[in-house]
Amino acid sequence: MNKELRRVSVLVLAMFLALFSSTTVIQVVQQQSLQADSRNVRTLYASFSAERGPIIAGDTTIAMSEASGDEYKYLRVYPEGELYAPVTGYFTLNGENTGIEGSLNDYLSGRANEQFLDQLNAILTGQHPKGAAVEVTVDPVVQQAAWDALGDLKGAIVAIEPSSGRILAMVSKPSYDPNLLAGHSQSEVLANYDALLSDADAPLINRSIRGDLNPPGSTFKLVMTSAALMTGEYTPDSTVPNPSSLQLPGTETTISNQSRGTCGSGSEVTIATALRLSCNIPFAELGAELGYDVIHDQARAFGFEDPELGVPMKVQPSVFPEPESEAQLMLQSFGQGDNRAQPLQMAMVSAAIANDGELMRPNLVERITAPDLSVLQDFEPTVYSQPITSDVAETMTQLMVSNVAAGAASGARIEGVDVAGKTGTAENGDDDPFTLWFTGFAPATDPQVAVAVVLEDGAGRGQSGSGNGIAAPIAKKVMEAVLNR
Amino acid sequence: MSNSPTEAIGTPEASPRPSAPTTLTSTIRIRLREPARMRNLELGLLLVALGLGAAAVALVQLGAVGELDGSIFVLSAVPAFLVLLLHVIERVVAKEADPIVVPIATFLNGLGIAMIHRLDIAEGYTGWDAFAVRQIVWTVIAIVLAIAGLLIVRNHRVLQRYRYIAMFVGIVLLLLPVLPGIGETDANADVWIRVGIFSFQPGELAKIALAIFFAGYLVTARDSLSLVGRTILGMRFPRARDLGPILVVWVLSMGVIVLQRDLGTALLYFGLFLVMLYVATGRASWILIGLSLFAAGAWLASSLLPYVADRFHNWLDAFNPEVYNRLGGSYQLVQGIFGLADGGLVGTGLGRGRPDIVPLAESDYIIASLGEELGLIGLFAILALYLVFVARGFRIGVAGQDDFGRLLAVGLSFVVGLQVFIVIGGVTRLIPLTGLTTPFLAAGGSSLVANWIIVGLLLRLSDSVRRQRHVVVEGSPA
Repeated sequence: MNKELRRVSVLVLAMFLALFSSTTVIQVVQQQSLQADSRNVRTLYASFSAERGPIIAGDTTIAMSEASGDEYKYLRVYPEGELYAPVTGYFTLNGENTGIEGSLNDYLSGRANEQFLDQLNAILTGQHPKGAAVEVTVDPVVQQAAWDALGDLKGAIVAIEPSSGRILAMVSKPSYDPNLLAGHSQSEVLANYDALLSDADAPLINRSIRGDLNPPGSTFKLVMTSAALMTGEYTPDSTVPNPSSLQLPGTETTISNQSRGTCGSGSEVTIATALRLSCNIPFAELGAELGYDVIHDQARAFGFEDPELGVPMKVQPSVFPEPESEAQLMLQSFGQGDNRAQPLQMAMVSAAIANDGELMRPNLVERITAPDLSVLQDFEPTVYSQPITSDVAETMTQLMVSNVAAGAASGARIEGVDVAGKTGTAENGDDDPFTLWFTGFAPATDPQVAVAVVLEDGAGRGQSGSGNGIAAPIAKKVMEAVLNR
Repeated sequence: MSNSPTEAIGTPEASPRPSAPTTLTSTIRIRLREPARMRNLELGLLLVALGLGAAAVALVQLGAVGELDGSIFVLSAVPAFLVLLLHVIERVVAKEADPIVVPIATFLNGLGIAMIHRLDIAEGYTGWDAFAVRQIVWTVIAIVLAIAGLLIVRNHRVLQRYRYIAMFVGIVLLLLPVLPGIGETDANADVWIRVGIFSFQPGELAKIALAIFFAGYLVTARDSLSLVGRTILGMRFPRARDLGPILVVWVLSMGVIVLQRDLGTALLYFGLFLVMLYVATGRASWILIGLSLFAAGAWLASSLLPYVADRFHNWLDAFNPEVYNRLGGSYQLVQGIFGLADGGLVGTGLGRGRPDIVPLAESDYIIASLGEELGLIGLFAILALYLVFVARGFRIGVAGQDDFGRLLAVGLSFVVGLQVFIVIGGVTRLIPLTGLTTPFLAAGGSSLVANWIIVGLLLRLSDSVRRQRHVVVEGSPA
């Protein structure tokens, strides 16, 4: 009987070892993937009940947690509401968090790996764990200036410090009040969310980095010119034919310049003149000469089509898709066709030119600080790419400066400062309103800010507005705000 | 544990009292040697267990509410007093009883009350609606019954005489829930009866009755079951007519599955019987036959009964959204696993997690609740305590004098271990989930009563074993 008992003991031991293993697998091995499962409401409750760290821009608190006295313990409050909605995003029940709230949720809720010891400490000392504070790079003065400059227009503004990639302003309009979605009444939040979602102007979309995207129009000519100069076969004085209209190969479509005439006088036109006057036909011809691959590579070096780009929230990639025909390629070459971009992308193009051809990775996060004020993450400028050489960057700067001083971007002139810029007035369809653009930087000699402005729906003027007339003056105000700091 | 002197002494029935081979001096030496060491050890452990239980309740209140509420402590003083009374009674009627089982049962019971109290706080139950209050009342009843058992059963061999009555009682208890009038169906299984305001799971008590019956029956029938038969492939298989008992138990288990829709209970009884049969006869062929029978039965049940098939589905494909969202699907299982994962290594701390998200968190899923708030460390401690509990029972089986007592001790402790395995294995997706309770921890009177009676019987069995052993050690010429 004892022999059998020993065997049964081994069986019992094996059963318990199996239990030790199965609990270990769930609680340790698979823990992270189980916590990440969207059906696990505990993660959500936990992030709600922890005292979430604040989000701070300069000396302005743009998101904070207040004791709420209900079962969630804390209510998320956004003192600046609409102004910073594209930056903060919102923190909500039963839904995906957006903006910094979403992409840095682990830090804000105190659950990031770096905070493990703090968590343990909080458990041992019986305190509620606190989340880390996130400081953003946004300058409240510039943000406010950009917000005011945009007025009631539908569009977005991004301002970047070219030397570091710091995002100084990120505005998207129409905006929304994140407080509407951070409440603890599920039904109210849901009603608010549905109302925002069904709004035809799509206020929940952060147009500065995502959305349906717009054709970049003439601002894309910066990419085109860079591509041409980078081949080494072109200089600003290289010429292309200068007809007043051009029938695209294999189609009935003819294209013309904005002026409806030739691009300046003469039968040939230099690239410098074509860029300064923002003519379409010369760039269509240039695109056909360069070919898709050269332009595409240049666009990608500037950040187009990078699915991983995040600031840290994911950026919807701008695209320069492979055209079906040469005619399509020629349309895309002056920022039409299926060419699409968001403002951050065009600001990156300007920032790279401003920073001697070196593109710094754009970023919104200045610093992440634990509750005990130890720094968990400090912002380090990093190079994203080197899309153009410093020589080409210098040439591009000169071209963009003359574009503002004596060309199609005169609306961005600032007294006593050399401004580099490029406008865009993109067509969306035969009868649809234009998309108006400006991108540029200032001062040209010592660039402190690169900016991109996009205005959707023709800024309310259908097909009569222009990038220079409406977008450039808005950009000018943003650049002035930086220069006057 | 290998060289127990049992065989050397002859049949256990021959020496019921420490009289035959002892001299006067050796008897005196026994008395002097261990006057109350066991009991003092037990008292120490018991105070630790009670202290830990009180601390757990306090932590729950501080964690979940932020302040202490005295009423639950006042109530808990009654079972605490009773368990100390049990200790005092042991000093009189079972001096040599095992000193570990009562502290373990007390600690687990207290921890269970703390966690049930924690869930009451989360759900807002107070007064008589609170599961914890009812659990305390049941604890009182259970400990009183354990004391009564210890006092009434002064010699466990009496139980052997009542083996057929035990069988009858066991079967009746098993069938009670299906009787019209008192049977009650809950979401999972028909294992409840309701009399007045009390609902009761008679199956829990049936496991004791059946363990007594199996032990009594197997001790008498073991020879014909183990010695006769023909050898095939080096294994001795029993004669066809000796297959009777195992077939009866198999039919009973299958009946439980079909009538009460309770896979776990069926597995529990059948596993209990198989292990006791194996220990009694030493024939591995019984295990083979039994497992094949059960596997065939389970396969048949899963292909014929949709609810059994669902259980298997939920187990194998728990995270599939379709299975998860289905009525009676894997929602509870998956939420329990989420809770465990949220606890991680060290747990959220008592009162700090959200165990109330899981349905039936205080009964079937108490282990997930504990795992969430106490973490893997806490679960390991709980599992280790169960393992020690089972080991103490097996010790009686190894050291015991009479085969009935040994078999009974093995059966009773094994059934606790197997139940732990079936429940926690189900919760952690090791095996399909079934509706059994975690011994001592889960909310539910029947489970508490049954397991405390097991404690009482183990005390009695261990006491007789030790009394006999000392005599043997001191008096035998070896």
